[in-house]
Amino acid sequence: MNSLTVYLVVGAVLFSLGLFGVLMRRNLIGMLISIELMLNGANLNFMAFNRFLAPEPAVGQIVTLFVMGIAAAEAAIGLSIILALFRYLHSINVERARRLEG
Amino acid sequence: MTSFLTDGLIHAAFWVVVGLTFGGAVLAVFPRNIVYNVLGLIVCLSGVAGLFLYLGSFFLALMQLLIYVGAICVAIVFAIMLSPPLHLEAPKRRIPKLVLSAGAAGLFFAAIAAVSWKTAWKPAAQRGTDWSITTIGHFLLTKYSLVFEVISLVLLVAIIGAILTTGFSRRLSS
Repeated sequence: MNSLTVYLVVGAVLFSLGLFGVLMRRNLIGMLISIELMLNGANLNFMAFNRFLAPEPAVGQIVTLFVMGIAAAEAAIGLSIILALFRYLHSINVERARRLEG
Repeated sequence: MTSFLTDGLIHAAFWVVVGLTFGGAVLAVFPRNIVYNVLGLIVCLSGVAGLFLYLGSFFLALMQLLIYVGAICVAIVFAIMLSPPLHLEAPKRRIPKLVLSAGAAGLFFAAIAAVSWKTAWKPAAQRGTDWSITTIGHFLLTKYSLVFEVISLVLLVAIIGAILTTGFSRRLSS
């Protein structure tokens, strides 16, 4: 249980499921959820390396906090773009969003 | 005997938490209904918070619950409620896309798992033992203060940008 490899594999599973979701889904909110999964896999890796290998145990926690902040900003911007796109297209299917001009 | 029992309990609880995380992640990716996806995401993020507890950081487990489960998931639920009716459109999944994305994700997972399995990880020669919140706060305000400020700026810009994006699109469409 308490080994680095277990945590790394758990993080890799989360990241791969997120990658699969981003590639497969066409619902924009579903893609955003998958991106959150990928960020959490990366966070778990940071924390595991921090716990088992790093010389300074606070640094990995700080990086994880920064990733959480970035994830909050990304979710806010992404959701507002999705809402704007929905008002414009009346759909949140990515394949309908083909034009860049407003 | 009792310590053996508590060790076994802690061990079992660890695998329960890992199973919760995986189950939540599967629920977050596979179902077509977006509300199930959000519920799965909440379960998965709570499981990751439990893993953070096992990694020895109570503070980050709390932050995970507060920021991810408390803020991001609620924001996603709001976006779902403001966007389309759920029963309206469900285009069929295309099999080639499904197979290709599963292949890409599986390949990635195999590579990463093989690397983390084969590598002989060596801990750093001198390792500090200070896990406290005091140290994190100290580092945030001294060594990493620039990054801290930049993150604050990014969050401010994200808030203003989100307000502007939704506000302007409303003005355009109405």
